[in-house]
Amino acid sequence: MQVTMTVNGTEYTREIEARMLLVHFLRDVLSLTGTHWGCDTSNCGVCVVWLDGEPVKSCTVLAAMAGGHEVRTVEGLANGAELDPIQEGFRQCHGLQCGFCTPGMLMTCRALLDKNPDPTEGEIREAISGQICRCTGYSSIVRSVQWTAAHEAAAAAASKEEAVAP
Amino acid sequence: MQVPAPFEYERATSVDQAIGLLERLGSSARLVAGGHSLLPMMKLRLANFEYLIDINDLHAELGYIRLSDDEVRIGAMTRHRELLESDVLAGVFPIFSDAEKVIADPIVRNRGTLGGSLCQADPSEDLSAVCTTLDASCVIRGPGGSERVVTMEEFHVGPYETAVADNEILTEIRIPRKNFKVGSAYAKVERRAGDWAVVSAGAAVWLDQGRIVDARVGLAAVGPNTTGIPEISAALRGHEPDESLYELAGAIAARSCDPATDTRGSADYKRHLADELTRRTLRRAVERARS
Repeated sequence: MQVTMTVNGTEYTREIEARMLLVHFLRDVLSLTGTHWGCDTSNCGVCVVWLDGEPVKSCTVLAAMAGGHEVRTVEGLANGAELDPIQEGFRQCHGLQCGFCTPGMLMTCRALLDKNPDPTEGEIREAISGQICRCTGYSSIVRSVQWTAAHEAAAAAASKEEAVAP
Repeated sequence: MQVPAPFEYERATSVDQAIGLLERLGSSARLVAGGHSLLPMMKLRLANFEYLIDINDLHAELGYIRLSDDEVRIGAMTRHRELLESDVLAGVFPIFSDAEKVIADPIVRNRGTLGGSLCQADPSEDLSAVCTTLDASCVIRGPGGSERVVTMEEFHVGPYETAVADNEILTEIRIPRKNFKVGSAYAKVERRAGDWAVVSAGAAVWLDQGRIVDARVGLAAVGPNTTGIPEISAALRGHEPDESLYELAGAIAARSCDPATDTRGSADYKRHLADELTRRTLRRAVERARS
């Protein structure tokens, strides 16, 4: 069957098998290998991407189901050479060790901050509760999100001040 | 790499069009909503279908929570996240938010649906226990716009088996409201965050001038279906709630359920949990009804 979807702002049309999962479409058909593929059972969360702006586990979504919809992957986070603040947060606070869970974690944490710019530690831990970090780097992931939240709050305050200044 | 066996994919654009597809394709077709129960089963070859009919586009038609004085109507395509985030629903039946907090994880809850959960008919499924607790009815639509309404007891025919025929769709859940103070709660014991229940219990209590006019308990994972226990309702009606009453209800729950020893625990342990969780949820439901 033919499927057309927008991934990171670019529209793709491809001929696929109906049973193809979104994660395999992204990795094997579009060669967007930033999205990882782990447990296959919706437990580990390394395959998290956004479908119409909401995090989903792409190992449990058919590529066909994403037809006509917008997908965003970790490749779509950075703006050219400029990292998204969540990526910078993970860099600053050592939010990754082996890096395997990182793409999914980044997508989930970015979505969390978009919805809730000042999450508590509990809210951060709840948001990533469907994802497994094999290095048990959860504490540094939480700190990375907190760093990003503080950084974005400061940046927003600065731009407000600038706007008010004569 | 685990992928489902080959199938043909169809996308439904309306409930009636989906029913038309089901009529044409018969038992070789299956509806897929969120897909978070069905697709893993298809990967494991526990389920195989020649056709999958994607009903996610029906969210506009079947994704809603509507409150009236005498009932709450919830569309079958309402997603877990929407049930969790609905203040209106939590205001009337907080048992929904209690349960949703322990269903899978936030990302899975973005996709999974109420109707999908009920139609999966897994004996340890949380929303089935919630709907059993609240004495919900299931609206099933068939060819020619025909509709029938069945109770939760009738809806769940057996494990992974429902009253929905090959050419029908579950469209709505209806929960009756009574003109009394109501409280409800849900509790689950699981091995790790987001896992299936070892045992879970829901309770709902309706009070009039401090006395129980009705009370219901629904248990999951301790029998072939989520179980409602009429004996508990009978024992509680007319009494003022107190600890001895919760103890009695817990004892009835423990001996009325039918758990199996498996990797999640022994039958005895599960009976103990049924007892304890029944007490806890009743206590919490009464607190909420009084507040």
